[in-house]
Amino acid sequence: MSASVTTPAPTNRAPANLARWYDLDEHDHPEGGSTMLGFWIYLMSDCLIFAMLFAAFGVLGGNYAAGPGPRDLFDLPLVALNTSMLLFSSITYGFAMLAMQRGHVRGVQGWLVVTALFGAAFLSIEFYEFAHLIHEGATPQRSAFLSAFFTLVGTHGLHVTFGLIWLGVLLVQVGKRGLVAANQRRLMCLSLFWHFLDVIWIGVFTFVYLLGVLR
Amino acid sequence: MALLPLTALLGGCDWIVLNPAGDVARQQADLVVISTWLMLLIIVPVMGLTVFFAWKYRAANTEAQYEPEWSHSTQLELVIWSAPLLIIIALGALTWVATHMLDPYRTINRIGHARPVPATAQPLDVQVVALNWKWLFIYPQQGIATVNELVVPTDRPLRFRITSSAVMNSFYAPALAGQIYAMPGMETKLHAVLNQPGRYEGFSANYSGAGFSHMRFAIRGMDEAGFDRWAAAVRKGAASLDRTAYLTLEKPSEKEPIRHYASVTPDLFDAVVNLCVRPGKMCMSQMMALDARGGMGNAGRWNLAALSYDKFGHEEVSAVTPGGLTQADQVFIKAYCTNNRPMSAAGMETQAPADTSILQGAGLPIPGSPGAAPPGLSVPAPTTEPTAF
Amino acid sequence: MSGTPIMTAPDQHWSFLLGKLSLDALPLHEPILVATFAAVALGGTALVGALTYFKVWGYLWREWFTSVDHKKIGIMYMVLGLVMFLRGFADAVMMRIQQAIAFNGSEGYLTAHHYDQVFTAHGVIMIFFVAMPFVTGLMNYVVPLQIGARDVSFPFLNNFSFWMTTVGAALVMASLFVGEFAQTGWLAYPPLSGLSYSPGVGVDYYIWALQIAGVGTTLSGINLIATILKLRAPGMNMMKMPIFTWTSLCTNVLIVASFPVLTAVLALLTLDRYVGTNFFTNDFGGSPMMYVNLIWIWGHPEVYILVLPVFGVFSEVTATFCGKKLFGYSSMVYATVVITILSYVVWLHHFFTMGSGASVNSFFGITTMVISIPTGAKLFNWLFTMYRARIRFDLPMMWTLAFMLTFTIGGMTGVLLAVPPADFVLHNSLFLIAHFHNVIIGGVVFGVFAAINYWWPKAFGFKLEPFWGKVSFWCWVVGFWMAFTPLYAMGLMGVTRRMRVFDDPSLQIWFVIAGIGAALIACGIATMLLQYAVSIIRRDQNRDLTGDPWNGRTLEWSTSSPPPEYNFAFTPIVHDLDAWADMKRAGVGRPEEGFRPIHMPRNTGAGVVLAGLSGICGFALIWHIWWLAAVSFAAVLATAIVHTFNSKRDFHIPADHVVETERARGQQLALATGAA
Repeated sequence: MSASVTTPAPTNRAPANLARWYDLDEHDHPEGGSTMLGFWIYLMSDCLIFAMLFAAFGVLGGNYAAGPGPRDLFDLPLVALNTSMLLFSSITYGFAMLAMQRGHVRGVQGWLVVTALFGAAFLSIEFYEFAHLIHEGATPQRSAFLSAFFTLVGTHGLHVTFGLIWLGVLLVQVGKRGLVAANQRRLMCLSLFWHFLDVIWIGVFTFVYLLGVLR
Repeated sequence: MALLPLTALLGGCDWIVLNPAGDVARQQADLVVISTWLMLLIIVPVMGLTVFFAWKYRAANTEAQYEPEWSHSTQLELVIWSAPLLIIIALGALTWVATHMLDPYRTINRIGHARPVPATAQPLDVQVVALNWKWLFIYPQQGIATVNELVVPTDRPLRFRITSSAVMNSFYAPALAGQIYAMPGMETKLHAVLNQPGRYEGFSANYSGAGFSHMRFAIRGMDEAGFDRWAAAVRKGAASLDRTAYLTLEKPSEKEPIRHYASVTPDLFDAVVNLCVRPGKMCMSQMMALDARGGMGNAGRWNLAALSYDKFGHEEVSAVTPGGLTQADQVFIKAYCTNNRPMSAAGMETQAPADTSILQGAGLPIPGSPGAAPPGLSVPAPTTEPTAF
Repeated sequence: MSGTPIMTAPDQHWSFLLGKLSLDALPLHEPILVATFAAVALGGTALVGALTYFKVWGYLWREWFTSVDHKKIGIMYMVLGLVMFLRGFADAVMMRIQQAIAFNGSEGYLTAHHYDQVFTAHGVIMIFFVAMPFVTGLMNYVVPLQIGARDVSFPFLNNFSFWMTTVGAALVMASLFVGEFAQTGWLAYPPLSGLSYSPGVGVDYYIWALQIAGVGTTLSGINLIATILKLRAPGMNMMKMPIFTWTSLCTNVLIVASFPVLTAVLALLTLDRYVGTNFFTNDFGGSPMMYVNLIWIWGHPEVYILVLPVFGVFSEVTATFCGKKLFGYSSMVYATVVITILSYVVWLHHFFTMGSGASVNSFFGITTMVISIPTGAKLFNWLFTMYRARIRFDLPMMWTLAFMLTFTIGGMTGVLLAVPPADFVLHNSLFLIAHFHNVIIGGVVFGVFAAINYWWPKAFGFKLEPFWGKVSFWCWVVGFWMAFTPLYAMGLMGVTRRMRVFDDPSLQIWFVIAGIGAALIACGIATMLLQYAVSIIRRDQNRDLTGDPWNGRTLEWSTSSPPPEYNFAFTPIVHDLDAWADMKRAGVGRPEEGFRPIHMPRNTGAGVVLAGLSGICGFALIWHIWWLAAVSFAAVLATAIVHTFNSKRDFHIPADHVVETERARGQQLALATGAA
């Protein structure tokens, strides 16, 4: 029924005009041109997962089920120490990025190692805190409050763990291929990720720990 | 002629949602019809125009005008955005008023069209428990209970308090009023009235597991005297619903016959809502009161047995025996749970508005009406939000 | 099989090796399943045998499975959607038969255990593994072509996303023969979906299938947003994007902003089931109502994720077959954006009956109604595109008209359900079922069929035969109304959903009519498959040599059918809306020299491997085979890491090859002109 449709035959009547309609002088698009945007969007989706966990904590955070509450459980000085570990790791990651901009491979590697050490310290302290709570009977199974607490803080911890694995992989890649464009891009992505986790942690520290003890 | 079997088909059906026997459902049905008419105002022209344009501007009709570049008209844009907007403004206003007037938590202020609730009328309380997979109705004023049968007097306001023992259900009696969820550990409310005596059906409208299809109950509407006679007859029976009997009844079962109980433990419904029918269990209200005070502290770490309801499997919940308690539990239970009674259940209800005229015109007096209020604000009695959960 | 046989742990040693998996998990006592399995096994063996015999495995692997070409991935999504559609429809037919015969004391032919799985699987499959692959496939295929790009932003991720979706679908299919599927309804409300009331593996299949597919969906959403924002042809600013690209952009924003919610809420349910936490439990302070809220915060945007892309399809089809610019382009764009935003503030209308206050209920009721304003505006825009047009009634346009007439009714009943007191009497009733099938079949399914008929020649280089397509069309439209009008009616008689048996014999006739409607739809599906088959066999008679069989308006019609792997030898430069119509008006020729090597991404098998390992991990978690879960998860990590060391991700198509391809295209065009 559409046989009557006619497509204009390709006419070459105005070849000089072609440059107006086609990019005749096209070069390869730089690889990874969308990576930073894509990674930002991913971070926002991850942020939404945390938003849900915060929401769950907001709803269930007062449901101690006649069990222990934040004031009975949280050791604020320890958490403050933990927070400082993560904040320091962000600063040192910043130094690594500065070194990257100067093209200083050794500097990047050095600061990345320092960042990893701070990150590992953060995880160890968190692990110690969790082990202590569970040993005391304040397990995730004890109450909805504890379920939400362990899930929110634990999810953050899992993210830091993955960040550490990623950081290790990047160390190897920088070691192998230096600061090539692909590695620079990856370092930038991990930097975003790492600072993002920092921001999330500040939320956790404020809403879960500080407000928990205050309430 | 061809329509004959169709009309027979339609006539033979029970359009219970559109022709209910209770005033609340009646008003809801009216709302369904009014909203539909309102929307048809725009739907019919749109569908008509679709068919007309499709026919008129078919490719074969070369007579019709053809304007391939015409793609914008500010006037038309205004129309196509404002026409639905106007309908939605009308429907939205209707929705706001109707949702408040027909709020299931609100006590009803009429038992029929132009029939206000008599000043002397005492609402009948019915407590509803959705069990796996049957319905328990407790009549606290009569001190009786039934399974899978709801008997109500006509033209008397009914006040339902609804909960569930295990999973989410929905309490729905189309003849009487719209549905509301029945949820474990929570209480929902429904106010309704039945106007016509007769037999109707109710059921769970929310899927609740294997026996769901058979989770139906019979509704019998009768006059006040008949209801009293029925209640007296039930009271003469032998069966009594105490906590032990309830725990047996609560076990999953299907196609339960109608059953009557001559007496009921007074606070059984509150205990069900608070998940503490079983001896030795802490009531939710007690738990929440403790939580509001910041929990039980370190002493509360181990009192799991008193708290578990169905987490470890509904039927495997072990009764707590004194010998089986940890020390911490014992301290706890002595202090808070000696008689395992739920604390006073919140009974806040939204009252019907004293004056409904305000809902018909944003508080403005109706011009020319005899009772036109003097200019100035007439504020309705403050209503409290229902606290269901 | 009431869940207990699965729970009985086998011998201790075996339970370490196999978790909860044992021979009891095979449904050998369910004759329907045994027969199905036999059919699937025979058919599968025949297929595998044929593929092996004709030695096409290597071809499939190299050219399709590992392909990062958005066009091939798009087509694979469509194939996945079609296959799962047959499964989902089989479930629908089973329900129709059960409900048509389970009267007068008859229990029908399905036990509660079986029937409850069937309706759960039907919902899950139709939404996640039919509608989602269909719309994702369309977006994948069409969007890069419409914006003049050579591929998506992250081609490897695209391949990976597809395979994750496929693995999710495979897990749902596996549940048919190994163990059981959830018996909870498609959204698995706790406490019913909690361990206490669903101790079997059914809910675990549900969780892991959706989680794995959800990763794919989220990543594909990110990918397409980046593609649309970054890879548009020069000159194509936002208000010059084709309307389908606009609706795709909004859809993917919705995906990225809602699927993480699903991921999170399912993760919490997982923790409740696997670890014993108390998010949605009755006791210990959990809140099942929170699940209902969270899942619908994802669930409502999901509805628009499905319907927005097909709104785009209808816009393209209407403009093309009316031979006319789309009426009110910018109002269409704003309507789409408004719908996108509003879809986040309506979720509570799915549970007015949960006891929120009247003010909360009316707020969400009114926001829901407000969505109908931009939707109505869209409808008017299509309507006025038809005004003073020259409408060609090819199949895509027929589906569009059917949509306009059907969807209007569905929209109306939807607004009706948004009035809370009306919802109190219609919630969970068959009226509701009829409503959402009215919008999903009348909207999404009709839209996908319009799109298939519209873009098929682009994808394969030949048109679909209209005859069987029209037979299918009429079967579908008549069948749809026959199947769902009785459901609307029964909703008004107070009949609710998910019922397996009925007491009232006067209802039976309605279910029989609905069953006949389903049979007509089955004919519609059969003739649709026949249409594809006949068209493939007679492809030489329906060749599209021009690349522009419908006199299209957007850039995908400017290249050949099927497009070369690089889509465009030279990236087009856009000056106006409907770029290709603009070029045709200006009589722009085709560049025939000066071709350069074209930079393209290289195929990789990493996506298949990663998704396969994820599937194994999911299966191990479902059956509590902890060692296998740990090993496969570690393998996923290792593969991903190894993949990051792969630096051979791209290559150049040599200029010679481009010259060759474009010369062939020139010959085709000459042939077409000669023929015309």
